[in-house]
Amino acid sequence: MNSSLSRSLACASALGLFASASFAQDATGAGATFPAPLYAKWADAYNKAVGLKMNYQSVGSGAGLNQIRAKTVDFGASDMPLKDDALAKDGLVQFPTVIGGVVPVVNINGVSPGQMKLTGQVLGDIFLGKIAKWNDPALTALNPGVPLPDAAISVVRRADGSGTSFIFTNYLSKKNPEWQAKVGEGTAVNWPTGAGGKGNEGVAAFVGRLPNSIGYVEYAYVKQNKMTYTLLQNKDGNFVTPFFNNFKAAAAGADWSKTFYQVLTEQPGKDSWPLTGATFIMMHKTQEKPASAASALKFFDWAFVSGDKMAEELEYVPLPDSVKALVRKQWSEIKDESGKPVAFK
Amino acid sequence: MHSFGGAVAATLPASHYNGNQMERSGPVSRPPAHRRAAPWADSVFSFFAHAAAILTLALLAGIILSLVIGAMPSIREYGLSFLWRSDWDPVKNSYGGLVMIYGTLMTSFIALAIAVPVSFGIALFLTELSPKWLKRPLGIAVELLAAVPSIVYGMWGLLVFGPILATYVQAPLQSLLAGVPFLGGLVTGPPVGIGILSAGIILAIMVIPFIASVMRDVFEITPQALKESAYSLGSTTWEVVYKVVLPYTKTGVIGGIMLGLGRALGETMAVTFVIGNTNQLNSLSVFEAANSISSALANEFAEAGQGLHQASLIYLGLVLFFITFVVLSLSKVLLSRLKMNEGGRT
Repeated sequence: MNSSLSRSLACASALGLFASASFAQDATGAGATFPAPLYAKWADAYNKAVGLKMNYQSVGSGAGLNQIRAKTVDFGASDMPLKDDALAKDGLVQFPTVIGGVVPVVNINGVSPGQMKLTGQVLGDIFLGKIAKWNDPALTALNPGVPLPDAAISVVRRADGSGTSFIFTNYLSKKNPEWQAKVGEGTAVNWPTGAGGKGNEGVAAFVGRLPNSIGYVEYAYVKQNKMTYTLLQNKDGNFVTPFFNNFKAAAAGADWSKTFYQVLTEQPGKDSWPLTGATFIMMHKTQEKPASAASALKFFDWAFVSGDKMAEELEYVPLPDSVKALVRKQWSEIKDESGKPVAFK
Repeated sequence: MHSFGGAVAATLPASHYNGNQMERSGPVSRPPAHRRAAPWADSVFSFFAHAAAILTLALLAGIILSLVIGAMPSIREYGLSFLWRSDWDPVKNSYGGLVMIYGTLMTSFIALAIAVPVSFGIALFLTELSPKWLKRPLGIAVELLAAVPSIVYGMWGLLVFGPILATYVQAPLQSLLAGVPFLGGLVTGPPVGIGILSAGIILAIMVIPFIASVMRDVFEITPQALKESAYSLGSTTWEVVYKVVLPYTKTGVIGGIMLGLGRALGETMAVTFVIGNTNQLNSLSVFEAANSISSALANEFAEAGQGLHQASLIYLGLVLFFITFVVLSLSKVLLSRLKMNEGGRT
């Protein structure tokens, strides 16, 4: 009995060893929830096209970073890029995968999508609670002819820590000095006012339901829920529409050549949407298991070539080709323990 | 039924049958020797029972230990002042739990203030007043309420109940109490249907089935003789309930209330949807958006990086653990007091 049990155990563990050796090509990653639908779609198509698997756990950016630091996954994913010194400290490299836009949305009776104009300064004052009514002079001056009611503004923002909030608060910090001094930027901040919805869908539901409210969501939610988006003034002084090509313009305007620490808010360019952000992948520079790092790189290599259309279907903006070329150059820095670049082609 | 029979047969040692057949030819004199065929069975069983009990204790100790270890950076930084610090600012890395602790206690208090009288009414109606044909359907309906997943309550609270509360309760209350000193302050804020009051009411709806079904069950065990005696002395229904049924069942009633309180304190999803998740304590208004411990944990944990933020969240979890523990202990103390008094009276 006992011996047969141990024999079967040994057999099973041998099988397990064999299995892990032969299927080590599966790439595993964990992190941000924002790109999770896209990574899942890419993984599915990748599996059909190449026959290899990629497992992605959407556990949140913070948890993803913890996992890559602990080396339990091949790559971590985060909506908030790490500064260069933080990357160096953990021996990580990062690269962007796709770009998304964050969009202010309002629910005011009689105001249609794209009718209302906002600037970063005014948006910051609204979220600080300083502009508390829709017919505040600052708002009416920007929006002559728009029927703004004499009603209190209900501010809606994210309750959970989120890359969307990071992009939004980063933008407000750049544009509104008081916001920067009082609140600052981060995936979770100490919001001065407003109610918190859980996830993009929670904010979308709140704004949809509360009259005279304002919030911010990922672009995909604006499109799906047909929400009333506003125009924003960009760095060049133009009021731009939250639109696919304008997110792309923001990504092209950034200077990626020195560092991938690029928060794409408030980028130059006449069409650039100022509330744009990329989502990032973090990997270890020195790989103890080059085979699995290679499989992760192989996956992203494939996605950069064949994944753009899928990204657009899900309302993500693919990287411009110039940025992709820089990312590929970055990949050659990922090396095995002997210092040889990880071969993934 | 069938599977039960099978299980019994399976648990009997196989040798039992064989032994019987072999001995059937011989004289039926002494009991079969296999009665103690497995002398080790008792000790094995006792080992497993002990192990199960110890496992529970070990789990409890393990959870407390890991919470304390995880919360250590925050405990070292703030000590007990964490309990009355009210700022929660991940950017400046400064944390305090007062807002969440207040939110948790206040929503649970509102929930109990609504749920206890309503549950008492339900239980009373079901045991004393209801016509027979209504008893079963009503009882089942109450129990079904307990089976609704909490996220459904949350969504319903946000999309359906919130607007109703805002239009028909909050707005009228505000105009009614405007200018009244203390009460007016309790109802200020934007009437948007989310906040402490909404969370409290949703929690009340969620705990009513628990409290009501426990109350009904204990009311039903009151001996008929006691009640009939009271009725025969000329008591009204209310007097019977108040002076006979309640004193007889108070242990169970308090147990039911504590069960409800325990659920209200720890509820996460439904509260997250309707409480507004705002970390501030600007006014004591019950219309103001606030936060609760469990809701803060659910929202922030995934994105909290290592360090003080995560440690403070774990510290909050430890506080919630402690609150629940204190509530349970208090109820035990209360119950033992009641029992002592009972002894004194007889």
